Amino acid sequence: MSTTPILSARGLVKRYGRVTAMDDCDFDLHPGEIHAVIGDNGAGKSTMIKALSGAIRPDAGEIRLEGKPVSFASPIDARAMGIETVYQTLAMSPALSIADNMFMGREIRKQGVMGRWLRQLDKAEMRRFAREKLSELGLMTIQNIDQAVETLSGGQRQGVAVARAAAFGSRVIILDEPTAALGVKESRKVLDLIARVRDRGVPIILISHNMPHVFELADRIHVHRLGRRLCDLTPGEVSMQDAVALMTGAMTPDEMTSAA
Amino acid sequence: MQDASRSGSDLTPPAETVAHFTGPTGIRARIGNLLYNAPAIVPLFVLLVAVAVFGALLGDRFFSPFALTLILQQVAIIGIVASAQSLVILTAGIDLSVGAVMILSSVIMGKFTFDLGFPPALGVLCGLLCGLIFGTISGILVAIVKLPPFIVTLGMWQIVLAVNFLYSGSEVIRSQDIDAEAPLLKFFGNTVEIGGAVFTYGVTLLLVLVAVLAYALSQTAWGRHVYAVGDDKDAAALAGVNVTRTLISVYALGGLICAFAGWALIGRIGSVSPQAGQLANIESITAVVIGGISLFGGRGSVAGTLFGALIVGVFSLGLRLLGADVQWTYLLIGVLIIAAVTVDQRIRRAAL
Repeated sequence: MSTTPILSARGLVKRYGRVTAMDDCDFDLHPGEIHAVIGDNGAGKSTMIKALSGAIRPDAGEIRLEGKPVSFASPIDARAMGIETVYQTLAMSPALSIADNMFMGREIRKQGVMGRWLRQLDKAEMRRFAREKLSELGLMTIQNIDQAVETLSGGQRQGVAVARAAAFGSRVIILDEPTAALGVKESRKVLDLIARVRDRGVPIILISHNMPHVFELADRIHVHRLGRRLCDLTPGEVSMQDAVALMTGAMTPDEMTSAA
Repeated sequence: MQDASRSGSDLTPPAETVAHFTGPTGIRARIGNLLYNAPAIVPLFVLLVAVAVFGALLGDRFFSPFALTLILQQVAIIGIVASAQSLVILTAGIDLSVGAVMILSSVIMGKFTFDLGFPPALGVLCGLLCGLIFGTISGILVAIVKLPPFIVTLGMWQIVLAVNFLYSGSEVIRSQDIDAEAPLLKFFGNTVEIGGAVFTYGVTLLLVLVAVLAYALSQTAWGRHVYAVGDDKDAAALAGVNVTRTLISVYALGGLICAFAGWALIGRIGSVSPQAGQLANIESITAVVIGGISLFGGRGSVAGTLFGALIVGVFSLGLRLLGADVQWTYLLIGVLIIAAVTVDQRIRRAAL
């Protein structure tokens, strides 16, 4: 890996009282890759992801975006720098439409007097943009852009959330357990969707518990253990069993290299 | 908007790009979908049926421009307060202090003008400011101190009402004095007559207010944020909505609207009375609920609230003209409240 990482972290520390959730943690995301993050429950993956997406501030350590040190006070900050996160809860307003949700917090106003003085939204433009983004990602099995999000299936909702992130995330997209709540068929569609987003050139951080999904999609895998990065793996070079063994501490990275 | 430019150019479109926007099929699904998207249609329908039934029973006594506009006059104050209540309930809150803020604002308008000798316009301005300030305080307590809206406004109700009685000494400013010295206080009691139909300025205020709020709620980013905050506060925050600012603006605007209701109240009853409008908070919640706004927030429209207020007005006047005991009105309104919530939930479930 000679390229500069697009997003990297060095020596991140986060303590909650006497619990150290992140302990000298490193992280590297390279351009154009799907970088999976795996780790046992309580290993501190979500703490690391929250630090990268601006939801928490680390107590120590440094985050660099395209080589430049950055500091996020909130997810809005991270978003302004092109890092979009799809939360496990999806962060959508169920009663509002797909278009409303895609533009929540960054609405487009009309040009001219109606927009400037009466602050009228350009709904036609927002609908057009939303429809275009969904079409690009092959999500147009959705009936109507004005449909309330709560009328969509779980997979469709996930799709809209990913499309929102893909539409605005210019540098990094973070997906937190995108298939956790989905059935087999819907998971399939979402995995295809993630691959399509990657093919457009935006690197993706994928947090998942599902080993087959991780091994299918990821270009590299970050194994998180006891609050820090244990190692980075390449899916073709290790077996799923080994990855799980590393994650749970049944095996150390040294044992793996000697075995190989 | 960083990458809007590259959309559609360098991409191989996936297989199923054809956007097919098939609408719901079948008449039942279509009606269900319509009701889901425009929940104000249900109260509008009830309103029209109620007008038709009372019109058939009472003939010209009810179905005249005079009687129909009388209903508007009778619901004007509650309609204005209910508009404020709608905003708060859309954010999944509730404001129990609306009535008290309305009364204190009207008392301040009267007392500042008569006791402190302010010019009437300044007195009115101070009254409006009073509503805005109490609304803002409630908003801060809800949004920043993060107390439940029910508790904040329950407390605020008692505080504002007590201030009202302490400050006014329960004294009424008489109608003749207002006419002689400060007719501006009764501005909203002025009337326009068009062929038997009588519109007070207060009615006009209500209609304009509802139109402005309907526009703001559906056509501006602020309006979308009000719905999003009421729908799911945490999701809205993660999506980039400034929840704190949205909530404070809603309570502050609600307080200001209540102060306007206080001004209109002077025009309606003719005097400044600290005892007036005691039931305004419950009646405003009634109008909001019958109007189809969900008490859990995020659903409904302010037009529905107007219809809700009018439904109550039609029942009150219609039953009175029929000579029925006034308790029948309350009984029917009670039934309507429960029916409105039932219908609302069924529509939503059917649409999902």
